[in-house]
Amino acid sequence: MARSLSPRRKLITTLSAWTVALIIFFPVLWMILTSFKTEPSAVAMPPQFLSADWTLENYVEVWARSDYPRFFWNSVVISVGSTLLGLAFAIPAAWAMAFVPGKKTKDLLMWMLSTKMMPAVAVMIPLYLLFLKLGLIDTKIGLVMALMLMNLPIIIWMLYTYFKEIPGEILEAARMDGAGLWNEIIHVLTPMALPGIASTMLLNIILAWNEAFWTIVLTTTKAAPLSAFIASFSAPQGLFYAKLSAASAMAILPILILGWFSQKQLVRGLTFGAVK
Amino acid sequence: MTKTLRALMGATALVALSGAAMAETTITVATVNNGDMVRMQGLMDDFYAKHPDIKVEWVTLEENVLRQNVTTDIATGGGQYDVITIGTYEVPIWAKQGWLESLNDLPADYDVDDLLPAIRGGLTVDGNLYASPFYGESSFVNYRKDLAEKAGITIPDAPTWDDIKKAAAAMTDTANGIYGICLRGKAGWGENMAFLTTMANSYGARWFDENWVPQFDQPEWKAVMTDYVELLTKYGPPGASNNGYNENLTLSLQGKCAMRMDATVSAGSLTDPAQSEFADKVGFALAPDAGLGKRANWLWAWSLAVPASSDAKDAAKTFVNWATNKDYIALVASKEGWRNAPPGTRTSLYSNPEYAALPFAKMTIDSINAADPTNPTVKPVPYVGVQFVAIPEFAGLATSVGEIFSAALAGQKTVDEALAEAQALAVSEMTAAGYIK
Repeated sequence: MARSLSPRRKLITTLSAWTVALIIFFPVLWMILTSFKTEPSAVAMPPQFLSADWTLENYVEVWARSDYPRFFWNSVVISVGSTLLGLAFAIPAAWAMAFVPGKKTKDLLMWMLSTKMMPAVAVMIPLYLLFLKLGLIDTKIGLVMALMLMNLPIIIWMLYTYFKEIPGEILEAARMDGAGLWNEIIHVLTPMALPGIASTMLLNIILAWNEAFWTIVLTTTKAAPLSAFIASFSAPQGLFYAKLSAASAMAILPILILGWFSQKQLVRGLTFGAVK
Repeated sequence: MTKTLRALMGATALVALSGAAMAETTITVATVNNGDMVRMQGLMDDFYAKHPDIKVEWVTLEENVLRQNVTTDIATGGGQYDVITIGTYEVPIWAKQGWLESLNDLPADYDVDDLLPAIRGGLTVDGNLYASPFYGESSFVNYRKDLAEKAGITIPDAPTWDDIKKAAAAMTDTANGIYGICLRGKAGWGENMAFLTTMANSYGARWFDENWVPQFDQPEWKAVMTDYVELLTKYGPPGASNNGYNENLTLSLQGKCAMRMDATVSAGSLTDPAQSEFADKVGFALAPDAGLGKRANWLWAWSLAVPASSDAKDAAKTFVNWATNKDYIALVASKEGWRNAPPGTRTSLYSNPEYAALPFAKMTIDSINAADPTNPTVKPVPYVGVQFVAIPEFAGLATSVGEIFSAALAGQKTVDEALAEAQALAVSEMTAAGYIK
């Protein structure tokens, strides 16, 4: 039975939540505000807010100077593609680990996670050479594969956690009714784990969208996504913060909208199995 | 064969031939996002009008990311880039590795003899030109003439460090947000260490002796660091250890730096009324000396080079010739005025009366001519480079030393501690790299 909070405690909890949320969101808010300032106003000390010179010029210039739709489309293909491909591998893998675990399953899971602990730069040259030999540099399919492999351990881990919450008896009942392996996974397990799969998918799309090391190292012009678009507005000499902020705002806007509309699904999935 | 069929075949052949004649070569140009490069991208219609058979695709990246990507690509022979933007530091190192294509065969209208000798020398290895300068720079002093007048001081055209110290003290007015001097404090081999190395040159200090032994334990470096920290803590802006080129330029444009020592390329912004309300009050002077015959000014050029791994070298060289030719400078001047012409590369620019009339033109060329990459400091050195040492290990080492010196400026360690730490680090790195036996 849930405990009811006193009004005072509720107020404190609400205020604390808002404060933490504002602290977390403040850098994004400041970036968006900066994107509407003139360059001198963006770097003025002390920082300007009410007295700032506001303008839309940064967005006009960023749009005019670069092919935003191409970068955007590349980001969509790479993030969605790597996620779907990752799920195709991860769902059977997580099923096997959750429902038919072997002696070394835990070790295998830990090993997979440990690959995420390696600094990316450590494998930069070998991976670059591999991509070069396979003709995958600056191709969307190359980046889809790279990001799928980078994020696969996280997808498997998340799905494994969700699948563990599903009673094995239900799958057994399906088997008793004559369901084969694929039918069991596709028609029984997947619909039951849909909130978990959806949140895994959303999280992975966000991770792939925000990836800014491999997407810059392995691309030049054709497959470069929005991370490369942002990087092109940083300047060694001259003022650039306002335009960089405008480019960043344009890059995060689609994923921010996606996150906003799917926040219920995302939270439901992330807290799945957290409270019993 | 019917007439119709013949006509159709003829038309097909013509289409095929015209297709071959219009065959496009696409080149990928890797560059940084600075004003001159952005301007060039806006003037590409001129290039396409002259070379309709070459299509240019741009990869614009942050300076360090560009360096990382281009290095990876060239070292692995990737061939992703056909033209790359590189600095004076990389050219001799990469040329010796065989990573760059010689530009000796650029056409006669390129006029290689028109390049400024100091800049050309920095881009030439064993008699071969390996990069063509897009714009060049040195460093000098810019100051607010109105504040100098108000303080009752005169900053000579060729000041000493004592002149600079006195001027900084006299013009500081912290109550009104005016700081006597702004210098680079942000850690980085191209930030605080670029400035400190030139300051060290003028004080007679050096990175290494003739046997590659680091020299931070010598009295000259102690004098450099003591004066640098004192100048900025007494007369500099708050948080000076976080200020690099962009931050100090911003303070200068806002009129908050009474005096600043930095790149000559910023003169265009400082004297542009659209960017600064103090544009008509800016004065310039050579970088100071300490009476030892060397001034604290550097030499740098952002240049265009063709990687040896490019599979479109001819088209790449055609582009390099267009972008760094005298005609390109004239094109910029005709479209956006002489103030915006890429500076510091060609003798002819400085003999042009319209350009020479700009308030910063003479001081820029004098500063560039005063820099000597082969003989940068008072004592002999085994390296080439004014504000850098042209060895592959320098960027990493100088960035680490820059962090130590930036911490000293922030008051996190004393000058003696910082110098001892820098010396130990440099000895360790140079020993590991095999320079010290």
